[in-house]
Amino acid sequence: MSAFLVITFSGLALGAIYFLAASGLSLIYGLMDILNFAHGLFMTLGAYAGWEVTARLTSSIGAPASLTLAILASILGGALAAGITEVFLIRPLYGRPVSQILVTIGLDLAVVGLLMGGFGSSALQITVPIWLLEATHVGNINLPNASFLALAVGVVVLIVLEWFLRRTRYGIIIRAGVENREMVSALGINVGRAFTLVFVIGGAMAGLAGLLYALVFSGDLISPTQGDSLLIFAFIVVVIGGLGSIRGSAVAAVIVGLLQDYTSFYIGGHPGWAEIGNLSVVLLLALVLEWRPRGLFGSVA
Amino acid sequence: MKNLMKRRGALIASLVLLVFILLPFAGFSVPWILPGTLNVVNSSGTLIVFALCFMFAGVAVGYDLMIGFTGLLSLGPVLYFASGAYVFDIAITRWNWALVPALALTMGVAFVLAVLLGAIALRVDGIAFAMVTLAFAQAFYFLVENNPHNLTGGDTGLALSNLRLPAFLSGAVSNTRNLYWVALAFLVVAFVVVWLVTESVTGHIFVAVRENERRLDVLGIKPFRFKLASFVLSSLIAAAGGVVYILVIGTAVPATVASTTVTISILIMVVLGGSGTRWGAVVGAMVYVYLQQYLVKVAGEPSFATLPSVLRVPLSQPQFLLGAIFVLFVLFVPGGITGLFARLGVGRDPSLDKPRWRTLSVAKALKK
Amino acid sequence: MPEGGVTALLGRNGVGKTTTLRAILGLVPSTGGIQLLGRDVAGLSTHLIVRLGVGYVPEDRDVFSKLTVDENLRLADAGTDARYDDVYSLFPELKERGRQLAGTLSGGQQQMLSIARALLNTRPLLLVDEPSKGLAPRIVSEFAAVIETAAKQSTVLLVEQNLSVVKRLAHRIIVLDHGEVVHTGEADDLHDDLLVRRLLGVAGAA
Repeated sequence: MSAFLVITFSGLALGAIYFLAASGLSLIYGLMDILNFAHGLFMTLGAYAGWEVTARLTSSIGAPASLTLAILASILGGALAAGITEVFLIRPLYGRPVSQILVTIGLDLAVVGLLMGGFGSSALQITVPIWLLEATHVGNINLPNASFLALAVGVVVLIVLEWFLRRTRYGIIIRAGVENREMVSALGINVGRAFTLVFVIGGAMAGLAGLLYALVFSGDLISPTQGDSLLIFAFIVVVIGGLGSIRGSAVAAVIVGLLQDYTSFYIGGHPGWAEIGNLSVVLLLALVLEWRPRGLFGSVA
Repeated sequence: MKNLMKRRGALIASLVLLVFILLPFAGFSVPWILPGTLNVVNSSGTLIVFALCFMFAGVAVGYDLMIGFTGLLSLGPVLYFASGAYVFDIAITRWNWALVPALALTMGVAFVLAVLLGAIALRVDGIAFAMVTLAFAQAFYFLVENNPHNLTGGDTGLALSNLRLPAFLSGAVSNTRNLYWVALAFLVVAFVVVWLVTESVTGHIFVAVRENERRLDVLGIKPFRFKLASFVLSSLIAAAGGVVYILVIGTAVPATVASTTVTISILIMVVLGGSGTRWGAVVGAMVYVYLQQYLVKVAGEPSFATLPSVLRVPLSQPQFLLGAIFVLFVLFVPGGITGLFARLGVGRDPSLDKPRWRTLSVAKALKK
Repeated sequence: MPEGGVTALLGRNGVGKTTTLRAILGLVPSTGGIQLLGRDVAGLSTHLIVRLGVGYVPEDRDVFSKLTVDENLRLADAGTDARYDDVYSLFPELKERGRQLAGTLSGGQQQMLSIARALLNTRPLLLVDEPSKGLAPRIVSEFAAVIETAAKQSTVLLVEQNLSVVKRLAHRIIVLDHGEVVHTGEADDLHDDLLVRRLLGVAGAA
């Protein structure tokens, strides 16, 4: 039983990270019809930004403070990268959705290549405060603190995002635009600004996801291809949840995270089934697409 | 005028083909341009690079049949490519089959996979279709990594054993020429097949599917059958390409054979060359593979190390250069290389966003 | 098109009436020029054209179904002189159902919302596309009254198939066929049954 609880907790933490990555992707697709293949890049850059901060500042301000700054750096790094991408690569291609998708593919390829050249394809280590490596005793099980962090961040972001979408003018514009971009323009609203905003928000959350993933699941190690490996799962979560739906991303992220961890733990130990965690997620996607192509919460495309 | 252009194009193509056929006999060196040892044209290294160029060119033109002509954005061609490489490899190496039966099995498996998975994927459209194909390809990657029944060799891959291969194909250095010609033959066959299909009525219907599926439905032509046909044919070509790959390279490793990076490479090749034309995919693939191999070689040159690191680091990463070139092309040269030529007055101007090609002939085909 | 009053844009199905409205808004590309209040607007972004003073009531209402009625109106609010009181007095139901999701409204209520959106700010030009479509006759005449009132302050370009509505509201008519203007004239022309049948292919009386 205790193993089950630990795995559930881990699955939820994974779900939180998937949610961070997927919700931005979902909004970008919902509003702009773009499959942002550079989203993995934003995750990677966020992780690297966090690493830079801890590498430079830990000795002077101590690990807990540098971790906090690292988190901020990952948000800013992802947001900045996304903003630059939207302004210089996406905007010029307005009206050419296929080209927009292709340019994100090229960007991802180029910058990841650059990272591999600059940092080497070996992994770098983030310096973290001790408590992040420890676990908290709850009842009769030990739950990793890093997972607590991921969950907490996930929940906070969900609340903030929902607040933004429901209570602010741009949030309403974005929600309306996901439904009917044209009509929003026909009301005299410049949708282009919403595009940039959505990209930046998506990038910020992606950066956060990249750093958190490194902290929770890859032993504080970051590498240039990490984000791209995550990206496929983020896409799957987006599609299962429904393109353009934040709620869908949240629910789907939890389902996928739990499924991956459960199958990996309970079945993956058997010989020849090591990849079952990943395989089961893909299978779920195929099932959802056959039964409900628009996803759990999506509207008809 | 079009006939004149076509004949001129055919003439150029034949000349180029002749040059390529004769290439392995060229013992002289071409400095700077060729990545092989000593820059000699027919050195092993150079010939293998060319063989890879040909192989990917064939796969790319088959892929363009599906995405450029039929408008089906599949993100999973690597599945069939990898299945071609792995099934052939397994049959020869693990099960000791002979060449022809192994080949038959490989194509048979690819056909069944393509029909089954294609039928499932094609039940949805657009982005969902792209996602399903991507997911299936990822699943195959995970499957192969999993090393089921110790067939695939997992992460370290499976080397092709020479035992049952006919002597002229085993990867010894002296046989590089033969592998080169096999790859070239594959390209020629793939290109001819795609050319014949796209020129036929079926090909016109493919384009009609891309342009206006609803109208086809109204006319009583079932788009699904044609979409599936395009998908299967494209996948079979990819699988055959996989066989050529394993013959030339000798090992199948999941990271290079079955990962989504391969799909992205093929996609870039097609767009770089110009989608919706046939020779665009060929040119794009050859340029891409060539650059990729060549840039790695250049980065290893001693004179290269003397560059300041600001320049050296980006330039030493072929991936960066290729990605950057691709971004520039998408931004400024959407028609790809063939688009560039079209602006100079040669051939058609393709564009992935607004395909205009062949609408007249499609209308004619639909009137049948 | 002359300023003031209601001009009806008529024609058989598919001749390009809706497309004309959308072209004015910049939603579809157009050849040739479009001038609005003396300004050349062809090629401008849609939101800029709208800000010059164009209200739009689209053919299928196009309310944002996942937003509330209030949010739908708030989006249309251009910031200055939004006349919520006027709109609520015209459509009291919208005030009552402020927090209801627009997708759960009835067809008639959605049309109210769609028109309210366009009327929220005073605009010199109103483009109204088939407001009577799919609505019961009693509701249709209520909307006709609303448009009549709006036409006192704005120029209205009305696309409409329902000839009784057209006869009630229009001062002038423009008839399209195959994307070209084939007749312009006064609304009285509609009383000529032969003309109506020739241009529109329907019997004159509604």
